[in-house]
Amino acid sequence: MSVLTSLTIAQAREKLQKKEITSAELTDAYLGAIMAANQTLNAYVAVTADIAQEGARRSDEKLAKGEGGALEGIPLGIKDLFGTEDVHTQACSHILDGFKPRYESTVTANLWADGAVMLGKLNMDEFAMGSSNETSYYGAVTNPWRAKNDDKPLVPGGSSGGSATAVAAHLCAGATATDTGGSIRQPAAFTGTVGIKPTYGRCSRWGVVAFASSLDQAGPITRDVRDAAIMLKSMASVDPKDTTSVDLPVPNYEAAIGQSVKGMKIGIPKEYRMEGMSAEIEALWDKGIAWLKDAGAEIVEISLPHTHYALPAYYIVAPAEASSNLARYDGVRYGLRVPGRDITDMYEKTRAAGFGAEVKRRIMIGTYVLSSGYYDAYYLRAQKVRTLIKRDFENVFHAGVDAILTPATPSAAFGINDQEMAADPVKMYLNDIFTVTVNMAGLPGIAVPAGLDSNGLPLGLQLIGKPFDEETLFRAGHVIEQAAGRFQPDHWW
Amino acid sequence: MSVDLATVKRVARLARIAVTDEEAVKMEGELNTILGFVDQLNEVDVSGVEPMTSVMPMDMKKRPDIVTDGGKAADIVANAPATEENYFLVPKVVE
Repeated sequence: MSVLTSLTIAQAREKLQKKEITSAELTDAYLGAIMAANQTLNAYVAVTADIAQEGARRSDEKLAKGEGGALEGIPLGIKDLFGTEDVHTQACSHILDGFKPRYESTVTANLWADGAVMLGKLNMDEFAMGSSNETSYYGAVTNPWRAKNDDKPLVPGGSSGGSATAVAAHLCAGATATDTGGSIRQPAAFTGTVGIKPTYGRCSRWGVVAFASSLDQAGPITRDVRDAAIMLKSMASVDPKDTTSVDLPVPNYEAAIGQSVKGMKIGIPKEYRMEGMSAEIEALWDKGIAWLKDAGAEIVEISLPHTHYALPAYYIVAPAEASSNLARYDGVRYGLRVPGRDITDMYEKTRAAGFGAEVKRRIMIGTYVLSSGYYDAYYLRAQKVRTLIKRDFENVFHAGVDAILTPATPSAAFGINDQEMAADPVKMYLNDIFTVTVNMAGLPGIAVPAGLDSNGLPLGLQLIGKPFDEETLFRAGHVIEQAAGRFQPDHWW
Repeated sequence: MSVDLATVKRVARLARIAVTDEEAVKMEGELNTILGFVDQLNEVDVSGVEPMTSVMPMDMKKRPDIVTDGGKAADIVANAPATEENYFLVPKVVE
């Protein structure tokens, strides 16, 4: 890894402003790193070298004049879920073959307006449905982390597996990602990177391929907490094109970094101490509690009684919304078309060929739970349970808790092509057990690397905050980062 | 609740996904695993609980009912597999 690609966003920003480096040099260093690594790691599904170099040239002109935005000249990777004008946007699905939108998503438009440079589109689980990045039409992504004395390839988590791998392996300075049930935080935890899912409504969903509209939120994956604050500030906005975008000004998140957590009340939910929880995860959690306590926070045990029901409720709500959102892929307006003897046959053949197994499974579940006679028993009940899950959090915050500390994932990264997970879809779903409650309640959550397990693989902790109080998460997340240190994989690829 | 093979095929038809008999058998097992998992929700007392309809409490945003965009026919059909003069082409629907 070259020196240039090892810079964080904050470090590169400073060197660019001081004219110690140029964006062209930085961008070329990343393009070189991608060329050397991508065949092994498969993080990028499209590299936009020309756009990157042209963007870097424009940024250098601005920087030379002492102008430029908050991310001027910083090279970023973009998850394939974000619509990017005239550039590969396929949600890593076969059904969107060849799709190049004629529009730009609001989040990416915000990044370009602030001067960021696009390196390319990042691999992900097909339509963001997965926890291992193995459902991608473009193949699995390999985690840059490997266990000690073991060459077995590991998954980077999912669905933002390409984003997490690209950030951890220094194939971009930072990456956009999205999170519907844990798709930012779980891959961040599996790769030793930082990932924040902001409050529902903070980042516009406009121009982002929809999976489950009431759960989807965009956020960054970065190397450290400060970089996450810098990127989120640029990604977030109030957008009239998304009716769920909330009319609140975007704060300067970076100002929260370094602020004390003295007197802050951190809740430890007893329901997250699950049966069969690994001793390593439990020890990591205890370490996190001790770090925050040492920094002056008050630790309180709390109860979130409906935690256990978040995952089953999610597997009704998310597939139901997905089955509706994915109805648009019918071979008429974009992407793949498989000819049929009539229009219905064409629809059915196109969708059979275009969607992968996991996507089909979720469309089927969603169609079933919304079908006549089952709506009340499944969907309506799940939405009521969701109200109860949200109420659990509201009660705790009302009682004075500022943030909640939990593990990010039940384990470290697992192997590619894990047979147990392949045999039982529910086993794969359990990856999101600690993260999914946050989406169900619309809250912000951050995953911060907190240590390595006995095999030398990264583990993360999660902080959950009040609606639109991302600043507290950056504050407390930074305290954890300071105590835990940062983690980087050995360069073997 | 669980699904049988006939239900799997009916749902696949509703979802407009062609499935072979072999795939339907495989799906039947997988869907029943998932439905078995979500069945735990029946343990929750939801009497008197309102279903969530808005993630963040907010009034629905409205905008004036005026034309703000348009004239983009070429953009709209740009990605279609088959078009003619800014129309999407599909197999014959009406005889």
